[in-house]
Amino acid sequence: MTGARQPRRYSAGPGSGARLRAFGLVTPLLLFVGVTFIAPLVTMLVRSVHDPVVADALPETVSLLHDWNGEGLPPEPVYAAAARELNQAREDRTLGQVAGRVNRVQSGMRSVFTRTARALEDIEAGPWRDVFSGINEAWNDPATWHAIKSTGQRFTARHYLNAVDMQRLPDGSVTRQPEERRIYLRLFWRTLLVSSAITFLCLLLGYPIAHLIAQAPPRRANLLLVLVLVPFWTSLLVRTTAWIVLLQTQGVINDLLVTLGLIGDDGRLAMIYNMTGTIVAMTHVLLPFMVLPLYSVMRTIPRDHMNAAASLGATPRQAFLRVYWPQSLPGVGAGSLLVFILAIGFYITPALVGGSDGQLISGMIAYHMQTSLNWGLAGALGGVLLLGVLVLYVLYDRLVGVERMGLS
Amino acid sequence: MTEGIHVEFDGVSKSYDGRTLVVEDLNLRIRTGEFVTLLGPSGSGKTTILMMLAGFQAPTAGEIRLEGRPIQNLPARKRGIGMVFQNYALFPHMTVGGNLAFPLEVRGLAPDECRERVDRALRLVRLEGFADRRPGQLSGGQQQRVAIARALVFEPSLVLMDEPLGALDRSLREEMQYEIRRIHQTLGVTVVYVTHDQQEAMVMSDRIAVLRGGVVEQIAAPEGLYEEPERAFVASFIGENNRLHGRVTRLLDGDVCEVETGGERVRALRVVECAEGDEVTLSIRPERIAIDPEEGRYTNEVTAVVVDMTFLGDHLRIRLSACGRRDFIVTIPNVLGHGGLLVGDTVRLGWTVSDCRALNHERGTE
Ligand SMILES: Nc1ncnc2c1ncn2[C@@H]1O[C@H](COP(=O)(O)OP(=O)(O)OP(=O)(O)O)[C@@H](O)[C@H]1O
Ligand SMILES: [Mg+2]
Repeated sequence: MTGARQPRRYSAGPGSGARLRAFGLVTPLLLFVGVTFIAPLVTMLVRSVHDPVVADALPETVSLLHDWNGEGLPPEPVYAAAARELNQAREDRTLGQVAGRVNRVQSGMRSVFTRTARALEDIEAGPWRDVFSGINEAWNDPATWHAIKSTGQRFTARHYLNAVDMQRLPDGSVTRQPEERRIYLRLFWRTLLVSSAITFLCLLLGYPIAHLIAQAPPRRANLLLVLVLVPFWTSLLVRTTAWIVLLQTQGVINDLLVTLGLIGDDGRLAMIYNMTGTIVAMTHVLLPFMVLPLYSVMRTIPRDHMNAAASLGATPRQAFLRVYWPQSLPGVGAGSLLVFILAIGFYITPALVGGSDGQLISGMIAYHMQTSLNWGLAGALGGVLLLGVLVLYVLYDRLVGVERMGLS
Repeated sequence: MTEGIHVEFDGVSKSYDGRTLVVEDLNLRIRTGEFVTLLGPSGSGKTTILMMLAGFQAPTAGEIRLEGRPIQNLPARKRGIGMVFQNYALFPHMTVGGNLAFPLEVRGLAPDECRERVDRALRLVRLEGFADRRPGQLSGGQQQRVAIARALVFEPSLVLMDEPLGALDRSLREEMQYEIRRIHQTLGVTVVYVTHDQQEAMVMSDRIAVLRGGVVEQIAAPEGLYEEPERAFVASFIGENNRLHGRVTRLLDGDVCEVETGGERVRALRVVECAEGDEVTLSIRPERIAIDPEEGRYTNEVTAVVVDMTFLGDHLRIRLSACGRRDFIVTIPNVLGHGGLLVGDTVRLGWTVSDCRALNHERGTE
């Protein structure tokens, strides 16, 4: 009887209190992660589908355009509403934003908007259609109105379509962008290829190192681990600029090759400010992320196993392929996943040493964040990237199992 | 005279760091089909000896021969020696069947042949029907048996086992000791077995090599080690004994000497070379000592006082103060009760010369 009662007291008593305390202890972290990570992430993802600027500034125009059948030019009331709201927007100083939004869909619109709004200032009464066409030819083009209609949607897939080089035509159908405007898919593709190459190189370079460390006696293993970690203690910027010093046309390696007479002075190799530079520098920067998970898995493979395989008659090659490699696979998976995910989102290194053809999708996201200020598109590009990473993660989980990653 | 000799260590020494010898001048001949155990405390070099034999470590000096042929230059995989590792070393990513098939597959055997041999090996260790399990899904004893089956499946004539039962609990260990014996007898393979459990060594072996600090102290059959230890360390390591520190006072005929210990003069068998005045250790088995024997029946007689008695089921363990010590142990079989003995009684103890062995003196071991 007492035996039956006791477990209940054990499970209920300390359990809830301990859980509450544990929760209390991680609350600061949760708050921190929430404010600095989750919130910006959610904001950017929301921005990628939600853009209220035009709808807020030109509410009536947009709602009238909504009822417009889309053929020819819109009716007079639309012009009247546009005249009033453009004027208002100019007074509210939101006109620039609105013009910018429409300009992304139909280029040249920025100046049309500002000029029209300035001209409207002095005009008291319609007929507005004539007034508009008097101010600028563009208002006689239905495409202008389609552009306003489409940017007037609060919720839009436009940015995502844009991010994968698609567009929505005025008739609502979705097609690919014209040839000369297809940039992002190629960039995504290049990012995937380069990241795969970097992952492969890291694996190629990291596997033997990790194996060496895992086999070494503890003291030496610690020393080697420190050496692997040293790059972590140097600023990313310093490491990247060090590569510039090494790889540039007048850099150490080229000088050496010229001195040795392997290449002529006019035949100096272009190893930086191109894809080569990006791959070399990023492989170096990301190598520890491959070595550490590999090491942590390899450390758990008993030394005896290779001896056992040998005593059972296996050649070193057979022992490696059939005994060691399969057991190190969780580490290979974890390291590759980590490096790959870091690589596809890597920004600083390609920006510094990539030149123009060594840029990855991250550079484009930064461009839209900082220069073109098209945050919606930046968010959509980031969203596509995030989706790619999640797909990879799920694949990895299915194939290998995340719990076997061995990062613990 | 290498006929019938399977393994031969000839003056083998090993040093890992170039300074200290982990194995020193090992000379050991193992006959074909023999079950030889290396017995010694932790760090005495047992694993090192197996590693040299298996080919994972090279001797620093000396030569190892397999069936008369030196094997220095033979890599481990070509030695054809089955090995059971201390922690089994089963491959966790393969099934039991995969583990057993591994040595056959790397030898290029046909799949049918492999399957048949794997089945036979599983039958041998009584694990039929376990072929599709992973090692992680087996109990310790079952993993142990898989490891043994894997070491046997490619039919090596020599099998090395490094403390294979170390991780098992007592009853399972006894069962497995019996199993290994049975397999050894069934297959007739030569076994070199390593343990630091003297009981286990006694139960299983044809011969035992007692190691200490890399040096073989004695090689003999279990009875020989127990009855006729040649070194104080062997006497203390195998079974219980009373070790008395003394000084030789007289050498007598027939390898007998007189030794003074704790104020008593006793006669002992001269096992170690000694001269008058030398220090020796006397070893007397507790069950060979008679309490209150007939007058004059034993050469050695001393008086003693009972300090304490422990009842241990099949025998009584009596602690007395005798020969200047308070931990003199005598055991008597529990057939007649304790014969009315009480703590504090004064008794006479007697033993023969041949049960009292004068061995090398060891400081700090008494
Ligand atoms: N790879 C090695 N490098 C250096 N020293 C070693 C190595 N392996 C063993 N030793 C040393 O050699 C000595 C004997 O070791 P060994 O493993 O042979 O002992 P053992 O008798 O098997 O002990 P145990 O019963 O604990 O397994 C020990 O002092 C150990 O520290
Ligand atoms: Mg050992």
